[in-house]
Amino acid sequence: MRWRAVAALAVAALCSSCGTSAPASTSPSAVNGTITVFAASSLTAAYTAIGKDFEKAHPASVIKLSFGGSSTLVAQIQQGAIGDIFASADEPNMQKAVAAGLVAGSPSIFAHNRLEIVVGAGNPKQITGLSDLGHAGLIVVLCAPAVPCGHYAAQALQKAGVTVKAASQETDVKAVVSKVALGEADAGIVYVTDVKAAGAGVQGVEIPLGLNVVADYPVAILKDSQNAPLAKAFVSYLLGAGQPTLARYGFTGP
Amino acid sequence: MALPVRKPTRVRPAAPVALLVLAGVGAAFFVIPLIGLMLRTPWAATWDQLRSPEVLAALRLSLLASFSATAIALVFGVPLAWTFARLTFPGRAVLRAVTVLPMVLPPVVGGVALLLAFGRRGLLGGWLATTFGIHLPFTTTGAIIAETFVAMPFLVITVEAGLRSMDTRFEDAARTLGASRWTVLWRVTLPLVRPSLAAGAVLCWARALGEFGATITFAGNFPGRTQTMPLAVYLALETNPDAAIVLSLVLLAVSLAVLIGLRDRWLGAS
Repeated sequence: MRWRAVAALAVAALCSSCGTSAPASTSPSAVNGTITVFAASSLTAAYTAIGKDFEKAHPASVIKLSFGGSSTLVAQIQQGAIGDIFASADEPNMQKAVAAGLVAGSPSIFAHNRLEIVVGAGNPKQITGLSDLGHAGLIVVLCAPAVPCGHYAAQALQKAGVTVKAASQETDVKAVVSKVALGEADAGIVYVTDVKAAGAGVQGVEIPLGLNVVADYPVAILKDSQNAPLAKAFVSYLLGAGQPTLARYGFTGP
Repeated sequence: MALPVRKPTRVRPAAPVALLVLAGVGAAFFVIPLIGLMLRTPWAATWDQLRSPEVLAALRLSLLASFSATAIALVFGVPLAWTFARLTFPGRAVLRAVTVLPMVLPPVVGGVALLLAFGRRGLLGGWLATTFGIHLPFTTTGAIIAETFVAMPFLVITVEAGLRSMDTRFEDAARTLGASRWTVLWRVTLPLVRPSLAAGAVLCWARALGEFGATITFAGNFPGRTQTMPLAVYLALETNPDAAIVLSLVLLAVSLAVLIGLRDRWLGAS
């Protein structure tokens, strides 16, 4: 998987310089038409920007984006939703899609995400790390264990040896951020990218790498894709020219 | 012109075929998803699912919260309905619209509005916390408030419709015979609108039972404390779709039993 990613990156890097001068059949500028991309909701801001950049670089193409929880998206594709690309926020949901025979080829990791403690702007409770989340009197909200972010948060807390009495187990990561942003909760554990996307109402407290959990984001072309050349070009773009945009939204490279 | 007034006898009405066809399509629209759900139900595992502590906790909480919400809605909603039906005052139309707003508001937005009112930093929430030590978000009381907010309008408009359509001469007669306002309300008005009260209460209860968005936004999700059945179903869909289907069926069975029990009162009320 890693080699595929590197290879694709290399191809993308090569073609970014040859795009306009050599209109070979593999050149991304040759692609046209429309594709639909199913992407995890944590990718909303980054993919919207990347989609626009890609359309600018390939004026004959249209990238339609559909965001949702990774597990919801798998269910939708399984029930016959027509699309070309699936980008998941975790491996298990991509594996579900692979096992269901929905994916053409094998998925490639295009980004990583890390966890961060989200607190109110100005950090009113002076939280410095995971160990502070165990303090009595602090209202902490987490994602439910069934949701990837809750699963990851539990892993991080276990590594830190901290027991947290959560006030609520939210069904998605954005709900955790909004509870903190509204001031109802003092802290939560979310992705770095969510803190970045939330703006001025909240801020992040870093979790050291030793205690952190790295989430892999795989992307794959769907078997029922009606426009494989464009889908391939978009995936190459994600792995290559789109990387700086992903980094701007807090993701780290593959 | 002068038709003899007689009690309507029950004659089978002659139904236009086109009407029956449309009605059939309408009915199928509701029946087919239900059948789909039942066909996918893992009946063998149903009993085990039902006995799991999480399901029991969610069911208990759902019943507690929905009945509490209905009780609160009756206490405050009936006076509100009476006010809208009987009194004219400036701003009535606006106030009435605001009262039924939760019916069209996305429940999640309702939940945010509740947070801005009763949350820690809300309009009243801060005062409630410092004066009485009452914290509503993330508590069972919070779940009940969220359900009341979304469900009470159904009671208000049903009872208001009943009050408007009832024959007010009975009230006038009672008053001329010397009954106090309170007695008229209690002994004449409310008994006359009993079908509307029942229909309104059941509608309100059913809406409260199925409430999801406002509850999860305002009260959060914690098993045994704020995780009602719809929240449990939603989370189970992510991990254990079979459990989600069983939970949905329980919810359906309970609501269907109550709705069938109500039957003709729906029509009598409106």
